[in-house]
Amino acid sequence: MDLIKLVEAEFATNTQVPEFNAGDTVTVHYRIKEGNKERIQQFQGVVIQRRNSGMSETFTVRKVSNGVGVERIFPAKSPFIEKVEVNKRGKVRRARLFYLRKLTGKAARIKERRH
Amino acid sequence: MTSIFTPEGKNVACTVIEAGPCVITQLKNGEKEGYNAIQIAYDDKKEKNTNKAERGHYAKSNSTPKAMVTEIRNFRADLEHDLKVGDEINVDIFVEGEYVDVVGTSKGKGFQGVVKRHGFSGVGMQTHGQHNRLRAPGSIGASSWPSRVFKGMRMAGRTGGSRVKKTNLVVMKVITDKNLLVLKGAVPGAKGSYVIVEK
Repeated sequence: MDLIKLVEAEFATNTQVPEFNAGDTVTVHYRIKEGNKERIQQFQGVVIQRRNSGMSETFTVRKVSNGVGVERIFPAKSPFIEKVEVNKRGKVRRARLFYLRKLTGKAARIKERRH
Repeated sequence: MTSIFTPEGKNVACTVIEAGPCVITQLKNGEKEGYNAIQIAYDDKKEKNTNKAERGHYAKSNSTPKAMVTEIRNFRADLEHDLKVGDEINVDIFVEGEYVDVVGTSKGKGFQGVVKRHGFSGVGMQTHGQHNRLRAPGSIGASSWPSRVFKGMRMAGRTGGSRVKKTNLVVMKVITDKNLLVLKGAVPGAKGSYVIVEK
């Protein structure tokens, strides 16, 4: 297994993803290529899960846009991620927040974690 | 297996293979053995698990006892004169971007039906007269002629655990100091099993 870690280190991308967990509100700056042009798109929402480890790690961000729930899965080590800002730390009791899909409005709020 | 990001940002699934150092333990030639081949050995094993005959064989090439021995025919004819018993073959014979074939023993699947084993499509319906025939093979032959089932008829049975060659895998990276080979895609066999990489 250590050999796989070694190869992953060899191919490591420069993406700096700060530590965050399910329940946190983040803004993902994602580079998008359109033909020759490149632009940065921002996606802000609640992290509802992080899964896998190493190079295949991904996280899912959910937001409600115009009353429609939108979820986007980002590969955590993708070179297209410019940066990830953590806007708010949420206080949650589980690692996968799929229950948020059924909730809307006030019920879908997450309490902020205070240190 | 793992996955890597290419410079273009594509996520590619890869297999990491430790390829070497392999020791040449014997050179076979047309006069004595009847064919040309080199015998290479890889991966140390304990001295106490090696019988006397094997120990003598490895002593000839000044190498320690090895766990995996294989023969390769037509090994780089241009180099054949330079090869000596006891030489090491390392991963540096591979070049990034070239295509290789990988031979391994596939994972055993146990006794499987014809749908998994031979890709039969099954019945395709759950109703309209089906009772318990969802994945059945159907007819295996005619009646009074030939009054037997033809040889080689595809039926259920032990699946997997056989020699499989996967061709045309791209070499993504060669890490010489650790003898690692990173290939695009999957190779036959379980994690940690032995494979032969052919060029």
